[in-house]
Amino acid sequence: MSTAENQMDSKTASAAEIRKRKIADVVNAGLKRRYAAERRFRFYGVAAIAISMIMLVVLFTTILGNGLTAFVQTRVTMDVVASAERIDPQGTRKREDLVAGDYQGAVRDAVLAMFPEVTARKDRKDLMELFSNGAGYELQRKVLENPDLIGKTVRVEVPVASEFDMLSKGYISRDVPEAERKISDKQIGWFDTLKSKGMISMGFNTTLMSSGDSRQPELAGLWGAIVGSFYTLVVTLTLSFPIGVAAAIYLEEFAPKNKWTDIIEVNINNLAAVPSIVFGLLGLAVFLQFFGLPRSAPVVGGLVLMLMNLPIIIIASRAALKSVPPSIREAALGLGASKLQMIFHHVLPLAMPGMLTGTIIGMAHALGETAPLLMIGMVAFIVDIPHTPLDPSTVLPVQIYLWADSPERAFVERTSAAIIVLLGFLILMNAAAVLLRKKFERRW
Amino acid sequence: MQVLILFLVLAVLTVIGFRLGRGRSVKLVGGDVARLHSLPGYYGLYVALWCGIPALLLVVAWLSLEGPVLTRLILSAVSPQLLLDPSGGPISQAHLNLLVNDLRNIASGTVASTANPLVKEAGLQLASYRQVSFAAMTVVALALALGGAVMALRWVHADFRARNSVEKVIKTFMVLCSLMAILTTVGIILSLLFESYRFFARVPLTEFLFGLEWSPQMAMRADQVGSSGAFGAVPLFAGTLLISFIAMVVAVPVGLLAAIYMSEYAPRKVRAIVKPLLEILAGIPTVVYGFFAALTVAPFFRDSGQLFGLNISSESALAAGVVMGIMIIPYVSSITDDVVTAVPNAMREGSYGLGATKSETIRRVVFPAALPGIVGGVLLAVSRAIGETMIVVMAAGLSAKLSANPFEAVTTVTVQVVTLLVGDQEFDSPKTLAAFALGLVLFVVTLALNIVALHVVRKYREQYE
Repeated sequence: MSTAENQMDSKTASAAEIRKRKIADVVNAGLKRRYAAERRFRFYGVAAIAISMIMLVVLFTTILGNGLTAFVQTRVTMDVVASAERIDPQGTRKREDLVAGDYQGAVRDAVLAMFPEVTARKDRKDLMELFSNGAGYELQRKVLENPDLIGKTVRVEVPVASEFDMLSKGYISRDVPEAERKISDKQIGWFDTLKSKGMISMGFNTTLMSSGDSRQPELAGLWGAIVGSFYTLVVTLTLSFPIGVAAAIYLEEFAPKNKWTDIIEVNINNLAAVPSIVFGLLGLAVFLQFFGLPRSAPVVGGLVLMLMNLPIIIIASRAALKSVPPSIREAALGLGASKLQMIFHHVLPLAMPGMLTGTIIGMAHALGETAPLLMIGMVAFIVDIPHTPLDPSTVLPVQIYLWADSPERAFVERTSAAIIVLLGFLILMNAAAVLLRKKFERRW
Repeated sequence: MQVLILFLVLAVLTVIGFRLGRGRSVKLVGGDVARLHSLPGYYGLYVALWCGIPALLLVVAWLSLEGPVLTRLILSAVSPQLLLDPSGGPISQAHLNLLVNDLRNIASGTVASTANPLVKEAGLQLASYRQVSFAAMTVVALALALGGAVMALRWVHADFRARNSVEKVIKTFMVLCSLMAILTTVGIILSLLFESYRFFARVPLTEFLFGLEWSPQMAMRADQVGSSGAFGAVPLFAGTLLISFIAMVVAVPVGLLAAIYMSEYAPRKVRAIVKPLLEILAGIPTVVYGFFAALTVAPFFRDSGQLFGLNISSESALAAGVVMGIMIIPYVSSITDDVVTAVPNAMREGSYGLGATKSETIRRVVFPAALPGIVGGVLLAVSRAIGETMIVVMAAGLSAKLSANPFEAVTTVTVQVVTLLVGDQEFDSPKTLAAFALGLVLFVVTLALNIVALHVVRKYREQYE
C-alpha cells in the first residue's frame, strides 16, 4: 500500500528530498489526502443508500398521494319517485317485469324535476352527465328488494360521475379554461347548486371494495380481482406446498448423491431464475392449447404460478430441513422409527415453520405476479365476480395494469388505490412470515 | 362444480376406507395390536391409498384428455357444411378454431359469436357428449375406488407389511414431485421449440436473428398491402440491451456502494433498519414499478428534458431503464453483501496492519477478492433485467426502432411477446408464433447467463471455505 503512495509522491517531490525525509514524514504528508479519500468513499456509500431510500419514499408517497383519495367518494343523495309508469308499466309486480323497468328514466325524471329551468335538449343531456348510471341500478336494487316502494319516493345515494368526483376532490381545477377540461362551466354550476342544497356528501368508497370492474371509474371496483387472486392463490398453494415439500424431503433426506440428483438440483436453481413471462408461454402452449383448459380461469393462473413457485418453495424447504440437527434424526432412528416415521414425526414438525415462512413469501411473490397471467388471458374485461376457480376472472396486479391503461383521470386515482390494496396484502403476508419466523425460530 | 362434488365423494370414500382398513386390522388380532406387523393406522392408510389413488389418477387423466377427444368427436359429427368455406374448400385453421370456440361456449352455456342454428345444434350436442363423458367417468372412478378398497381390505392380515407398502408409495410420490422441476423445464423447452419450429418454417432463422425490421402486423387477407410482415428481431434485441444497460448503470454502482457501506461501515442499528427497507424494494410487484415509471418518472424526464431543450419521448428508454434499475438495486446489493462478508477477516486485518485506511482496504483488498462473486451477481441481475416484463410493457414503447438514444422510445423482446399474445390470437399465424420464437431466445439467453453466473459464484465460494 505505502509503496504505491511512495510512487505517487515521487512524481511530485524530487528524489533528493525524499531521501532526506523520514518515512513517517512521507506518510504524514499523504495523510490528509488519504483521509479525504476515506471520507469521500464513505459519502458515496451513504449517498447510494440515500438514493435507494429516496426512491422508496418517492414511490410510496406518489402511490399514497394519488391513491388515498380513492377510498372516499363523492356521492349525491336524491329523492327519486319510483313511478309505476316507468318501472312497471303493466302493473304486474312480477320480478322479471321489474328487472326490465326503466329505472334510469325514473332517475332522469327526478333530476329534471330538481332543475326545472333546464329545458334545452343539449343541456338536459349535459345535466344527466353529472350522475353516474349507477343511480338507476341502485334504485333497481331497492325496488327489487321491496316492490312496495313502487309509486313512493325513494331516497337513493349514488356516486356522482367520476369527472365531478375529481372536481370535488380538487384534481380538476376550476381555473382552467373551459375548453381544456372535460366538464363545462354550466355543469360545474349545477354541481354547486346540488352542493348548496346539501345533496352532495363524501363517504367511504364502498363501490371500490365491493364491485367488479367497470368502464365507468365511479362504478369500478376491486372485489372481482380480489376474489380472482384468492382463487388463483388457493390453487397455487394447494398444489405447490405439498409437491414442494415432498420434493424437498426427497432431495434432502433420501436422494443419493449422483448425476441425476445433480441435474435436478441445477434444474431447480435455473428454474428459479427463468423470466416469469416464459412460464406464461408454457401455460399458453400446454394448459390452454394442449389440454384445452378455459382461458382467463384462475385454475390455469394457479397452475402457472405453481410451476413458478415450486423452486422457491423447494429451496426454502430444503434450507429448513437442513437446519434440523442430525442428532434428532439419530435419536428417532435409534428408538426404532423407520426413516419415514423419523421424517414425518420428528424432522418435519421442526422444519415446518421454516417451510411455511418460505411458502408465504412465495405466495406473496405469486400474488404480485402479472406477466405470465397476461399470456393466459387473465387480462379480459370481466365485470362479474367469479364464483368458482373455473370462471373467467382477473387478478389484482392485472387489474392494476388494466386500470393504468385507462385514459380517465379517475382511473389514475383508482389504480393507485388498487396498488395500496395489493401492497397491503403483501405487507400482511410478509408480516405473517416474519412473525412466524420470530415465534418458532430455534437455534440449536 | 360437478367435478368438485366427485372429488368430495372420493375423499369421503378414502376416509371410510381408512377407517375400515384400520378397524379390520385391529379386529383380525382381536385387539392385541402388538401382533400386527405394522401399526393399525398403516393398514388404514394402505386401504385408503388403494381406494383414492387409482380413482384420482383416472379422473385427472380423463379430465385432461376429455377436451381434445370430445373436440375431435364433435368435429366428425358436425354437419359437413360447417367445415367448408364459401368457395367449397375446407375452412382455414383460424376459422376452425373459431368454430371450436363457439361450440365450447354454447356447450358451457355462455355467449357464442354466431347465431348459426347448425353451430348451436352442434354445441348442444357437445354438451350432451360432455354429460355422457362425465357420467362414464363418475361410474368408472367410483368403481375403481370401491374395487381398490375391497381388494386392499382382503389383503389385510396380521403379517401383512402395511407400513413398508405405504412408505413405498409415499417415497414414489416424493420422487415424482422432485421430477416436477425437470418436467417443467422439459415442458418449457418443448413448447418453445415446437412453436418456434413452426415459426421458422415460415420465417427463416437468419432473417429473424439478423433482420433489421420488425413489423409483425399481418394482414387478415393475403391480398392486402403489407401482408407479409417483417420479423427481423435485431431492433428488439437492441432495445432490450439498451434498457438493461441503463438499468445496470443505475443498479450496479448504487447497489454495490450501498452493500459495501452496509457491510463494512454501517453500525449494527443502521444495518438492521436499512437492510429490510432495501428488501422492500425487491418485494414490490413489478406492475407497481411499471405504473410508477409511466405515471411519475417518464413525465418527470420529459419535462426536465424540455428545460434543457432536449426532446425526451414520454416512453423513453431512460425512464423504463432507470425504474428497472431501482428494482434491481436490492438484487445487486444482497449478493454483494453476501460475497463481501464472505471475504476472510484476516485479509482486512493484514491490510490494516500495513497502515491502510478502511477505504483503501476495501478498494484494494476486499473488492478484488470479492470481484468474481460480484460479477456473478451482476450477471444474475442482467438476466433479471432482460426478462423483466411489466415495467417495459407499461413504460417503454411499441415501435421497433433501431436506436441507441436513451431519450427515444424503444421496444423490447418481452414487450413484443406481450403485445403479440394479448388479445385475440390464432395459433397458426406467424404473428403468434413469433412470440414463442422470442420467448425461446429469452429463455436461452437468461439460462446461459444464469449458468455462467451460478458457476462463477460457486467457484468463488469454494476458494475461501
